Amino acid sequence: MEIFLQQIINGLVQGSVYALVALGYTMVYGILGLINFAHGEVVMMGAMISLSALTALIGIGLSPLLALPLSLMLAMAGCMALGYGIERIAYRPLRHAPRLAPLITAIGVSIVLQNLAMMIWGRDYHSFPQLFANRAHQIFGAIISDIQLIIVIAALCIMAGLMLLVHRTRLGRAMRAIAENQHAAQLMGVDVNRVISITFMIGSALAAVAGLMVSANYGLAHYYMGFLLGLKAFTAAVLGGIGNLRGAMLGGLLLGLIESLGAGYIGDITGGFMGSQYQDVFAFLVLIAVLVFRPAGLLGERLAERA
Amino acid sequence: MSLRFVGSLLFATLLLAACGKSATDHASNLLTVRIGAAAPLTGPQAHLGKDNENGTRMAIEDANAKGIVIGGKKVHFELVSEDDQADPKTATIVAQKLVDDNVSGVIGHLNSGTTIPAAKIYSDNGIPQISPSATAVAYTHQGFKTAFRVMANDAQQGQALGMYAVKNLGAKKIAVIDDRTAYGQGLADEFIKAATAAGAQIVAHEYTSDKSVDFTAVLTAVKAKQPELLFYGGMDAQGGPMARQIKALALNVKFMMGDGGRTPEFIKLAGDSAQGVYASLPGVPLEKMPGGKDFSRRYEAKFNQPIQLYAPYCYDAVNVMIAAMQKADSADPAKYLPALANISHDGITAKIQFDDKGDLKGGAVTLYQVQQEQWQALETVGAQ
Repeated sequence: MEIFLQQIINGLVQGSVYALVALGYTMVYGILGLINFAHGEVVMMGAMISLSALTALIGIGLSPLLALPLSLMLAMAGCMALGYGIERIAYRPLRHAPRLAPLITAIGVSIVLQNLAMMIWGRDYHSFPQLFANRAHQIFGAIISDIQLIIVIAALCIMAGLMLLVHRTRLGRAMRAIAENQHAAQLMGVDVNRVISITFMIGSALAAVAGLMVSANYGLAHYYMGFLLGLKAFTAAVLGGIGNLRGAMLGGLLLGLIESLGAGYIGDITGGFMGSQYQDVFAFLVLIAVLVFRPAGLLGERLAERA
Repeated sequence: MSLRFVGSLLFATLLLAACGKSATDHASNLLTVRIGAAAPLTGPQAHLGKDNENGTRMAIEDANAKGIVIGGKKVHFELVSEDDQADPKTATIVAQKLVDDNVSGVIGHLNSGTTIPAAKIYSDNGIPQISPSATAVAYTHQGFKTAFRVMANDAQQGQALGMYAVKNLGAKKIAVIDDRTAYGQGLADEFIKAATAAGAQIVAHEYTSDKSVDFTAVLTAVKAKQPELLFYGGMDAQGGPMARQIKALALNVKFMMGDGGRTPEFIKLAGDSAQGVYASLPGVPLEKMPGGKDFSRRYEAKFNQPIQLYAPYCYDAVNVMIAAMQKADSADPAKYLPALANISHDGITAKIQFDDKGDLKGGAVTLYQVQQEQWQALETVGAQ
């Protein structure tokens, strides 16, 4: 029983990270219909910047409790600038081009960012400093650490905040208007370019938070870390219904749970015929099954609710 | 075609350092020999790949400084370094590119998974290949005359690890995780063979990939089986976070890895969870290598970082290749290949001689443990 509970906790922690990154994909897709493949790399940049800032700040003798939020803010600022730049340089000129063109530039931006990070931070793995005792809590025999607890709670808070932003504020209304019809929104006096830029910046700020969480949890940062994470988060977004905020959350948490339960029990279920090497296969099988029966993803894509 | 034209053409070739092996310039009597190197220079194992490239580069620069003469001509060795991304498919493309670049020999690849498919391409083109680090048994057992390695293979390594786990550490219930690469899987299989032969029971065999960072699910599955020792067949980039997660999940096991985990990077990544972890490395400890101390000092001075793992083996691989060229008095692969097969060379890692398969004769394996954030040698098995 405690093993089962532990697998649920593993899945929730992993799923919260996926969900947080998936939100970035889904926000951009909801408004622009564009898959921002560079998003995983923005997460990596967030992790790298916060790690460098953290090391530097602690180096000059700041207390970790002060250095951590400060470096998170620096990383968020850095990623927001990056997100703005990416949109301005790589996507805006192609906004009315065929859909394939921005997809290709997205992949291009992702490669550029990866190599840029390799040039700045090198090929080495960077270990995340142990700032405070990462205490472990027992829940019915299963173990969850401080950092993991923070990840799950922070992810839930951020998701709730984002829902409020989209559904309760002027900016959110503008986002939804653009999602519905860009031209009509423009005619109604919405500054389309500004709102799209802000969307990218919010998504990138979330990516910075996710980057810091991932590297704190696994204790490392590396210029290549965004690739797999981006791929998984994208899968999560599609699973839940890309373009839909609640779908991204659901998809992320679900993917995390499927992965951990799949890896944990697939061997026992199939009597050793299939082992945990089929963990990813399992996750993608679920994705395919969902797409066959619900092509728009679990929560569909209700136009008015996009963004 | 007039002789003058041929002469100027050759001169131009040399000047541009463009195509053509052994481009000779009659005027200065200079012979350019290209040596290929292939390792992952990007991706999760880029730190190890760069380490290999550095070791190879150092050997080539040393050889150039020595002013080696082959066939009456002074030789300039040139490094052609390629990135195989630790990916078997890319490795074959890179191998073909090196062949097309007319290299006289290849130092590489780093991973077993890339070395094995690339070996066929080098063999088809008659180009000698010395891997500094591919330990999978299959590499030299494909029947290729051109494949060599300067490190003990996984049969020897898995044997040493399995015996140590059961005999010295007293483990009776053992769990195994591997990363499904040719290296990780091969080493895990050899480990299992040795451990079960020594009387232990394998209670779980789980899998991950060489790109993962989250192992909590498989580790929880392992925890359910209550093993005393966990063996991971894979590299440091996964082993480090895995060690942390073992501690975080309160999994009470001894943790053991092969050579892929015995790096300074592992200790950095695992943090305080590195303490007490076991790993092996073919060969004797660096400080006990004939030229180990001197090499490590020069490496650090030159590249401003410590040796990760295989750099000394790359250095030796280059030198063995050059020694064979000198012995045959030719840089032509067809001519120096027989000399390479019969070479006896005092390298910095060991005395290098190959058996009929191209494996290192009498390869030693050393077991290490992390103590006070350092890899400490415990014992060496099978030394000459």
